[in-house]
Amino acid sequence: MQKTYYDPADLKKFGKISEWNEELGSKFFEYYNSVFMEGNLSEREKSLIALAVSHTIQCPYCIDAYTGDGLQRGITKEEMMEALHVAAAIRGGASLVHGVQMMNKVNKLEM
Amino acid sequence: MIKSLHKRKSELANSNKQVEFLSNGIFKGGELATFNTKIAETNQFPLRPKKLEILQINLGYMCNQVCEHCHVDAGPDRKEIMTKETMLHCLDVIKTTNAHTLDLTGGAPEMNPNFRWFVDEASKAGIKDFIVRSNLTILRANKKYYDLPEFFKNHNIHVISSMPHWTKGKTDKQRGSGVFDKSIKALEELNAIGYGMPNSSLKLDLVYNPSGAFLPGNQVALEKDFKKALHDDFGIQFHNLFAITNLPISRFLDYLIASENYEDYMYALVEAYNPEAVKNVMCTNTISVSWDGFLYDCDFNQMLELPVSSKVKHISEYNEEQLQERTIITSQHCYGCTAGAGSSCQGNIIPA
Repeated sequence: MQKTYYDPADLKKFGKISEWNEELGSKFFEYYNSVFMEGNLSEREKSLIALAVSHTIQCPYCIDAYTGDGLQRGITKEEMMEALHVAAAIRGGASLVHGVQMMNKVNKLEM
Repeated sequence: MIKSLHKRKSELANSNKQVEFLSNGIFKGGELATFNTKIAETNQFPLRPKKLEILQINLGYMCNQVCEHCHVDAGPDRKEIMTKETMLHCLDVIKTTNAHTLDLTGGAPEMNPNFRWFVDEASKAGIKDFIVRSNLTILRANKKYYDLPEFFKNHNIHVISSMPHWTKGKTDKQRGSGVFDKSIKALEELNAIGYGMPNSSLKLDLVYNPSGAFLPGNQVALEKDFKKALHDDFGIQFHNLFAITNLPISRFLDYLIASENYEDYMYALVEAYNPEAVKNVMCTNTISVSWDGFLYDCDFNQMLELPVSSKVKHISEYNEEQLQERTIITSQHCYGCTAGAGSSCQGNIIPA
């Protein structure tokens, strides 16, 4: 049994997912590739969104992939870090905004 | 300023050691296919030349910069400079070659003391596209170079310059402190006399190399980003951006090994291998001439001291027909030219 749950080499094997279900795997990758094509948003903007989301969902494969992707696109480390702070702000804000629920409850129960 | 591998007396300053390193490890054990095995899969081994289009002449390894990724291991401490005698042999060839492009490179070719005389003489041959690869900072390095933009213009020189990023931080990290500001100044001067302007015949192209152990992204998208940023920030214009993959040789190989990125980088190159790019890889249409007049399939083979496989070895005995009969020397470093859309001194091999 392998000693860690995550192996960087597994990222390269992502495409093999289709081997056990060709139809759904192919559909997924077709959709995935379409999503990242230039549209109303540029490929560069999408790469930064992907990087921020990768950190939100804390996916090591995705962080590895979209850090490399960003470098290839000439995205600077300053831009990457700004994107991460957007993710962190939303994630932190999502916790904090629930404080309103807490406050409502306290206000209801306390004399 | 860092020192060249030669000055540091690094083991990798010896080209045989580089070739040996690239043939061992992951390639010797069969973990990754050697380049020759790979191209044989599509019946492209051995590579053979097509019509000669580009004559690339290296005027010397001396340079005012010491870039971290330099495949030439160029720097101020390199003393290998083409002599006038070798230049005269080159001129004989330039007058008769079928190549439509003459490409002068270095080091900083402008630092050769006979550079201007050679350009004067070579331009008389009427070659269609006459390129000088200028690192830009040389144009601002010393008063004696300040008039070079005008000199280029007077000879209708096509200027190709390195620019690893549109930000100061990334550029200076790869090419040395202060390089970005000097490069911007040089580009402004070139623009001011017409170079790089939208309808100008004075061609100004930029070369982008990734500043680290990763492959270049889409050339078209990078060109768009470069153009926007350089224009918005400095009002600078240029024609084309060439995205060039760093080949795992010389100082870039040294960096890959020292940063423990070598194996991952080779994996990335092999995974991005594109057999379509092999068909038009630049060694099939180029002859590279070294500072001492020896002939190579490309500038990279020159740096690895892998000479042409032909009876004709030197510019003094140049015979284009006979050279066309040769087979091209290939090894693992060639994966750098066949990754993705392919890479050459003219950027992508496969157009977008």
